[in-house]
Amino acid sequence: MNFHPEKLPQERLAALAEDAKRRLAAKRRADLPRIIIGMATCGLAAGASETRAAFEQALAEQNLEALIIPVGCLGHCYAEPLVVIENPGFPPIAYHSVTPGKAKALVKSFLAEGDPLFEYVLAALEENDLLPSIADFPRFYLEQRVVMEKCGSIDPADLKEYLSRGGYAGLVRVLGLPPGEIVGVLSESGLRGRGGAGFPTGAKWELARKVEGSKKTVICNADEGDPGAYMDRTLLESNPHQLLEGLAICAYSVGAADAVVYVRAEYPLAVKTISRAIAQAEQANLLGKGILGANFDLEVKVFQGSGAFVCGEETALIESLEGKRGMPRFRPPYPVEHGLWGRPTVINNVKTLSTVPAIIEKGAQWFRTIGTPNSPGTAIFSVVGNVTRPGLVEIPMGTTLRTLIFEICGGIPRQKQFKAVQIGGPSGGCLPESLLDTPVDFDSLTRAGAMMGSGGLVVMDEESCMVNVARYFLDFTQNESCGKCTFCRIGTRHLLNILDRITKGEGREGDLELLETLGRDIKEGALCGLGKTAPNPILTSLKYFRSEYEAHIREKRCPSMMCRALTAYYIDPDKCARGCEACVGCCPVDAIFTAKGRKKAIDQGLCVKCGECVVSCPPEYDAVKRVSPAHLAPVVERPK
Amino acid sequence: MKMDRARSDPWQTEEEAESDAVSAVLAGREKHRKNLIPILQEIQHKLGYLSEAAMEAVAEHLSISHSEVYGVASFYNQFRFHPPGKHQIKVCLGTACHVAGGGIILENFERKLGVKAGETTADREFSVERVACVGCCALAPVAVVDEAVEAHIAPSRIEGIFLGFQRQKEQQEKEVREGELSS
Ligand SMILES: Cc1cc2nc3c(=O)[nH]c(=O)nc-3n(C[C@H](O)[C@H](O)[C@H](O)COP(=O)(O)O)c2cc1C
Ligand code: FES
Repeated sequence: MNFHPEKLPQERLAALAEDAKRRLAAKRRADLPRIIIGMATCGLAAGASETRAAFEQALAEQNLEALIIPVGCLGHCYAEPLVVIENPGFPPIAYHSVTPGKAKALVKSFLAEGDPLFEYVLAALEENDLLPSIADFPRFYLEQRVVMEKCGSIDPADLKEYLSRGGYAGLVRVLGLPPGEIVGVLSESGLRGRGGAGFPTGAKWELARKVEGSKKTVICNADEGDPGAYMDRTLLESNPHQLLEGLAICAYSVGAADAVVYVRAEYPLAVKTISRAIAQAEQANLLGKGILGANFDLEVKVFQGSGAFVCGEETALIESLEGKRGMPRFRPPYPVEHGLWGRPTVINNVKTLSTVPAIIEKGAQWFRTIGTPNSPGTAIFSVVGNVTRPGLVEIPMGTTLRTLIFEICGGIPRQKQFKAVQIGGPSGGCLPESLLDTPVDFDSLTRAGAMMGSGGLVVMDEESCMVNVARYFLDFTQNESCGKCTFCRIGTRHLLNILDRITKGEGREGDLELLETLGRDIKEGALCGLGKTAPNPILTSLKYFRSEYEAHIREKRCPSMMCRALTAYYIDPDKCARGCEACVGCCPVDAIFTAKGRKKAIDQGLCVKCGECVVSCPPEYDAVKRVSPAHLAPVVERPK
Repeated sequence: MKMDRARSDPWQTEEEAESDAVSAVLAGREKHRKNLIPILQEIQHKLGYLSEAAMEAVAEHLSISHSEVYGVASFYNQFRFHPPGKHQIKVCLGTACHVAGGGIILENFERKLGVKAGETTADREFSVERVACVGCCALAPVAVVDEAVEAHIAPSRIEGIFLGFQRQKEQQEKEVREGELSS
């Protein structure tokens, strides 16, 4: 602690927060309407920049004044570009899919004339008499936002916003406490690592704190290698200071003066946002030397990961920070004893660190009231695939998969049947309908054969083939296997070869047994988590969807008609309309020709089975058919 | 990020320009092994890829062997060893996009351009890559064409994308011709 404090850290933070509030108020006049636009990666992809430009233009045309505030992601990716308008006299209203045209209409009707255009409304953000509010929608009321509380409501590029909402209060609180006590709070809270394995965070910090060694390092793992998950990226893009606060609390507790945020280079916006946040925090003396006047220094650097899935594994990540090929090390020694450059190193996931400020502020007991006894707190999932309302969802641990998929995310679109949900990415598994009542927590998911993993959740309907999906993941892990241990390098290759054969209709009797024994051996023998979990997608789908594998092998049939070698398309001449050319024009390989009676037919030798003709055939004809096995398709000769 | 745009001296060869760019990157970097990956990233950012000559210069700068540099670079998916095309097409094959038919989209690009993923067309106009999740899974299948994200992309949209490039090119050529005529 500082022996001659001119001012205590509390006072300094209070002054910073006051100043932030004052300057925000000066910048944002309270009487002006506010247009709040979600501009994280998904919003931008859906066209948020064009929407913003349209708002600006329309305001200029109407000669109106309003504040345009860019924010991160609210998590409602299905509704992007998502815009919240706070018009004085009205509750704040969220609008979905705001195209430039809708933006112009909103300025004209809502801001100029006071008509909130009910047809574009998603929901009001507060209870009111005019409109349904978010409290009426399960997508909102079944969620519980602890980590994502401020995501999508603050401007991530502006430290003032985080400060004015009580940011960095947790850091100030710990600066007055002995480190042992802080670690005690973490242990008591029962927080478990959100990076996948669920290791108790308090225990990890306690080990690091006790290790002798003057130089220690803290690393935030934002490598997020799962090819279908983006929670960590969203947190970095939407609320970077919350993460930095958690990182600083961690560093103070274990006695580290260096920290690294390891972000994938594929996330340029996240890299930019976190780098800017670090610079702002240093300038405000929230990071850097003598933080808020206390005897605590912390230098935070950003390192861009170069895109190797295995580098998410903590020892491989350290190797790559040291400038080497990212190959995992044997453990023990664990990084808490012997990590980056041989120093004691704590590695935590983005979500883990981002949860810490709330625990410090509200206490361990409060945290334990959320979730289940063994997995307290919330879980953040990116729910994608065949669901009506995909996006990011934060739920209390223990919520069932059924609630998550059917109530919160609106179930399966287009009246299709649910088939499976894939959890945990390449390390996880596919769970069937019968396991939908499994609660989402570390232990229950592991028991079901999947795992929490990264938090990626892909919902699949009846048209998804489980063998194909297992093959997809194996292709991924095989590609990403670093090659250090034989089980993983050669074992996954064999698994992939077998799956390849099965999906091509060349499967043999005995293949399934071979997959099972090989899978189990790899789990036993592999060096790191990548190999140890790589067989999970196969083993779970074999357990729950065995008949699909058998149909591929015995009947050369893909029940979901997704494996292209086993399916064929043909045009039913009884349904095809004479003279309609819709399918001909859309075929990318000119495989459709006119047969007898001006009806169309498909040249099976040329067809690449892309399915475009199915989409293009007018629904009233519905003439393009898909069959499996492929030989069931009638062959029509092309006229010479 | 490609050399021809950054080149100020019209008499300089492409190799010379590249070598200057590499020297500039190295000059700003401490000779420490930990800088290897950031250096490679910066060079790729400038050149669009890692040339043999660049990797040799890096090896010399850090006093490690050329094979060591190549070994590290080839381990990571981010690094490219051939110049990319003028237009870069990245097709997402993350889980959500795979399930939504991303593979078919990739094939369509490959067929249209006559190259495989990871390659560049002979005229250096286009390169095609597969990437894993660009984070717009809710919009699957997705492809990133230059900087723009194409959401819910259908195989038939691909024709349209190239038509757009074709138009753009014709327009530019026309402007150049008109410029020459008027001067
Ligand atoms: C193949 C593999 C990939 C991993 N990828 C990630 C990742 O992308 N992000 C992450 O935070 N942890 C990842 N982990 C887990 C880390 O090794 C480590 O357990 C975690 O970062 C610890 O943080 P936590 O205690 O906060 O969960 C991965 C592990 C393995 C085996
Ligand atoms: S899987 Fe393609 S954007 Fe995520």
